[in-house]
Amino acid sequence: MKFLEYQVKERFRAAGIPVPDGRLARTPDEAALAAGALGPIAVKAQVPIGGRGKAGGIKLARTAADAKRVAGEILGMTIKGYTVKEVWCETAQDITRELYLGLTLDRDARKPVLILSAKGGMEIEEVAETHPEAIAKLHPDPWRGPLPFEVRDLIFRSGLGPLQVQLTPLVVKLYALARTYDALTIEINPLALTQDGGLVAADGKLEIDENAMFRHKDLHGADESDEDPLEAEARRRKLTYVRLDGSIGVIGNGAGLVMNTLDLVQREGGRAANFLDVGGGAKAEVVHSALELLAGDPHVKGILINIFGGITRGDEVAHGIIDASRDLNLKPPLVVRMTGTREEEGRQLLREAGITPEATATGAARKIVELASATGQ
Amino acid sequence: MSILLSKASRVLVQGLTGREGSFHAEQMKAYGTNIVAGVSPGKGGSSQMGIPIFDTVVDARRETGADVSGIFVPAPFAADAIMEAAAAGVGLIVCITEGIPLYDMVRARAFVADAGVKLIGPNCPGLVTAGQAKVGIIPNHINREGSVGIVSRSGTLTYEVIQGLSQAGVGQTTSVGIGGDPILGLSFKEVLRLFKGDPATRAVVMIGEIGGSDEEAAADEVISPGFGKPVIGFISGRTAPPGKRMGHAGAIISGNTGTAASKLKALTQAGAQVCDTIEEVVAAAAAAVGQPSSAMPR
Repeated sequence: MKFLEYQVKERFRAAGIPVPDGRLARTPDEAALAAGALGPIAVKAQVPIGGRGKAGGIKLARTAADAKRVAGEILGMTIKGYTVKEVWCETAQDITRELYLGLTLDRDARKPVLILSAKGGMEIEEVAETHPEAIAKLHPDPWRGPLPFEVRDLIFRSGLGPLQVQLTPLVVKLYALARTYDALTIEINPLALTQDGGLVAADGKLEIDENAMFRHKDLHGADESDEDPLEAEARRRKLTYVRLDGSIGVIGNGAGLVMNTLDLVQREGGRAANFLDVGGGAKAEVVHSALELLAGDPHVKGILINIFGGITRGDEVAHGIIDASRDLNLKPPLVVRMTGTREEEGRQLLREAGITPEATATGAARKIVELASATGQ
Repeated sequence: MSILLSKASRVLVQGLTGREGSFHAEQMKAYGTNIVAGVSPGKGGSSQMGIPIFDTVVDARRETGADVSGIFVPAPFAADAIMEAAAAGVGLIVCITEGIPLYDMVRARAFVADAGVKLIGPNCPGLVTAGQAKVGIIPNHINREGSVGIVSRSGTLTYEVIQGLSQAGVGQTTSVGIGGDPILGLSFKEVLRLFKGDPATRAVVMIGEIGGSDEEAAADEVISPGFGKPVIGFISGRTAPPGKRMGHAGAIISGNTGTAASKLKALTQAGAQVCDTIEEVVAAAAAAVGQPSSAMPR
């Protein structure tokens, strides 16, 4: 789950990380009111994706009239597929230097890593390439968290020693926030050094581990339904789905197998319309639901189902396929490849329903690419 | 010989009385695995399928001498189950559970490392030593005894390879699914080192996928310095777009890292034979252990 800037800053403020004063506005008039109360402000589009500034989604306003005008320009604009419905109006900062402080997962170390950079305001990956010496990292012990002396060491290594008194508590607080919210990523970027010598979180990012959502049932993040209606629908159906740009709908069980099926479709000259993993132990209803989702995608010109049963049982999958083909009156051609647990029962059910199962994944991919291109003409 | 698991292994199942746990414990037993105990807190003293159930892993170990644990408990409790097994001194822990929160897993992994025991998974199909024993969910009927070792991040794709090999008359020593999560117990490197030291394993099939750099690390640190046996490599997700999580929590290309191209290159440079399809993997493995690839079905 991702959060909008103002939602992140609310959490920063509650955790004692300084943020600029600000107000949320849904209309140009509300933005004008905010400027009236706060003085010169930055008007910032609230969308759950980076690159807002370059897209024209962040503008300065000196007066209430300015604020009304720029908010009118930003509200309703589309940034990378997201319509701007809200702007965050916050006191313009007199920034003398931009730093970076964040936490993410270091897969190679098998631990989260705190990253502090003497250069901020751009993507940390970019800093890592252009100014690697500005970056210092700390892998806190996952049981006790970062200790003050480790944090001081991090700060000195990044060349920010003169700021260690202000920075140390910020690092500790950010780590605590990450733990509280099961953050996959949490960032203060830029962490701004202001004219008066203070540090303030000028922008923030937070993404929570979906696997930990059972601990955060009360949280509401950014509305991501804009990104892709099919992906949003798949989420409602609890299906693991990724939209791709081809025309062959792919359903399989197991991430590796589905990825390989996409690769096979491309090898046979087609392109997959999606990644859809029904997961381990899929019941007939799940397969039915998956087929219903793809039936609603106008880009899909053929459907390939590739099942290798482990936990998943062939007869269950076959029932789902047969029921869905009947209920949905499926238009695109369908090719099924099934093997593994209860494969004979599953294949028999499919044959009885007039669906011929293919023997190999490669053969099934070839067949669906042929059928889809035949109907596409 | 084999690695990690054999007929002599004394296996306990955490979560044996649950839906998945009981189904798969039965399958494991049917395969010949010596299941000596189940653990379900609150159900100690009962039994299922003739297997005694204990409240805690410590009890189960004391009473039965179990040295391997298979974990089928739900995600919110799985990290605790891993640590319970590690604390009780179980030498090999196999966690099948998918969807364990990241921070729970980071802590559990550190705990397991401190305890000096081995963890396979989570979010994995487990492992099988052909003809001897199985812990996890790999289908029984596809395995065949032989001399090819398999290590893979994927579940179902592992089954594909095992079945393909078996149908071509090429058997396996041990097949290990290490799991699709970003935080794992044993990695490719460690499992490859075990295969290297196993005289019964004459060739190894390694099935990787996009995300992270464990394949590159295995290629550079274990295969390249002289593995002494043929390694057949395969990477899924060649056509996956960057920035999208492809089902597995760990299967994501971030920036320039985790691409299939980088992994394929590292494996090729290390001297592994890289294949494009599972059929090619099967043929290459058959050839590596001296079986005619023509025995392979289309």
